[in-house]
Amino acid sequence: MSTPALTVRDLSMAYRDKPVLWDIDWTVEQGDLVAIAGPNGAGKSTLLKAVLGLVQPASGQIRVLGRPYRDVREQAAYVPQRTSVDWDFPTNVLDVVLMGLYGQIGWFKRPGKKERTEAMHALEKVGIAHLAERQISELSGGQQQRTFLARALVQDARLYLMDEPLQGVDATTERTIIEILRELQSDGKTVVVVHHDLQTLPRYFDSVLLLNVRRIAAGAVREVFTTENLRQTYRGRIAFVETPKEGG
Amino acid sequence: MEVLSNLVQPLFADYTLRTVALGSTVLGLVSGALGTYAVLRGQSLIGDAISHAALPGIALAFLITGSRVTLVLLLGALAAGWLATICVMAVTQNRRVKYDTALGLVLTVFFGIGLLLLTYLQQTAGARQAGLDTFLFGQAATLVTEDVWTMAFLGSIALAGIGLFWKEFKLLSFDPAFGRTLGLPMRALDVLLMTLIAVAIAIGLQTVGVVLMSAMLIAPAAAARQWTNRLSTMVGLSALFGVLAGVSGTLVSSAFANLPTGPTIVMAVSLIVAFSLLFAPARGIVWRRRVAGELTDAKADMMDGEPPR
Repeated sequence: MSTPALTVRDLSMAYRDKPVLWDIDWTVEQGDLVAIAGPNGAGKSTLLKAVLGLVQPASGQIRVLGRPYRDVREQAAYVPQRTSVDWDFPTNVLDVVLMGLYGQIGWFKRPGKKERTEAMHALEKVGIAHLAERQISELSGGQQQRTFLARALVQDARLYLMDEPLQGVDATTERTIIEILRELQSDGKTVVVVHHDLQTLPRYFDSVLLLNVRRIAAGAVREVFTTENLRQTYRGRIAFVETPKEGG
Repeated sequence: MEVLSNLVQPLFADYTLRTVALGSTVLGLVSGALGTYAVLRGQSLIGDAISHAALPGIALAFLITGSRVTLVLLLGALAAGWLATICVMAVTQNRRVKYDTALGLVLTVFFGIGLLLLTYLQQTAGARQAGLDTFLFGQAATLVTEDVWTMAFLGSIALAGIGLFWKEFKLLSFDPAFGRTLGLPMRALDVLLMTLIAVAIAIGLQTVGVVLMSAMLIAPAAAARQWTNRLSTMVGLSALFGVLAGVSGTLVSSAFANLPTGPTIVMAVSLIVAFSLLFAPARGIVWRRRVAGELTDAKADMMDGEPPR
């Protein structure tokens, strides 16, 4: 078996005195398309941020492709929550996508023709090449999300970590994004997605991590996505979905 | 026309006026350009903290060296302003204290120390001669050619910083967390940008003073944002507005007796902001009203069964 794309061991984190993640063990194999699901405040985003080294865990170990994240940084790409930035910033779509290449361009240099071509290619993939020169404050939610996705695609990584890429986007964008996730998977990439919608989850993803501060269950959707596990994850905090459907 | 030539003519004849105008140009240019980043990052008030915090630095620099050389005093201002930013960053780091609280604390503590030192120094004759209190509200008339050279030297460092770290500062302002995942040292870049902002502020202290200096950082950038959607244009425009305010403020204050230069410059930049908020295309209030009005008209037309134009 090849090195797992992601290994999390005994990971615990707290903000002040409140535990956010507790003793998480979790493995993602290469080529998996995985969802992380759980109620608000379950630590889903924090888990992604811990993997990316954006927050410091209290204890535990995280390995990306068998190595500490800082050694394999260029192998991982991050799609933050759309709402994490101010979209009134004075710049255009192409410029935001080019930011995905800032780590590779090097100090004191500006993006050139080669970088622009790559960025345009990524924009074509997400279907908004015609918006390249568009001011980002004029984008719809779906277009913002496609822009962020394109910024991650130009990084040409092996592991993609996405925080709620389907949150509040239109149906067409949702379909486009899912197609791209599947395409990434068929290219042998690993994709980890924080996903809210329990209705669509079994249709879109092969495996899932059910998280509520602790790991409730993890594995293939058809084995793990049971009413019992979901009830434990959400602790009756949602008016319950009917028994999750199999397949699409 | 005659009014204008009456205003501009002394520029070529009067040494003091020319020096002050040159100084205001440098100050407007640098604070305008750097202020763009403070405004875009939602850190407009950091300028206020840095400039107030600079006061004890000026006093200490004089106390230690006994020198009244501008470069020495400004380096003192810079060091104290820089220390204040680091304090704000450190205090907010562990999330126990909110950003605006930290700003308020640091500003008042540093400014208080500055006033104490200044009062103490005023009792020694040398300090009164050195005119340290002019840094409180600024006194442009005290500028000499050497001061302008010092300002230009420090200013060119700050501007070069923007040029060299253009894409990094853009990313820092837009999405710092993403920058960290790329492996860029965002915290170091943050400190660097803050240092350059402190440089921009130090440059203006002699002319505008610690109390009003933050206006020169925020106002040109706030006005520039109204006119453009490109970062590079915004930096350029903001610098231009800074220069415009600096020069026009200097000329107007020289044309009337007892009109202090620093506050006049700040008034000039405020006018530019007011005009931009009202009349800039797309973002201006007047423009938006008009578009809203046209929309209502079109709607009314549709109700009347007429095709919308």
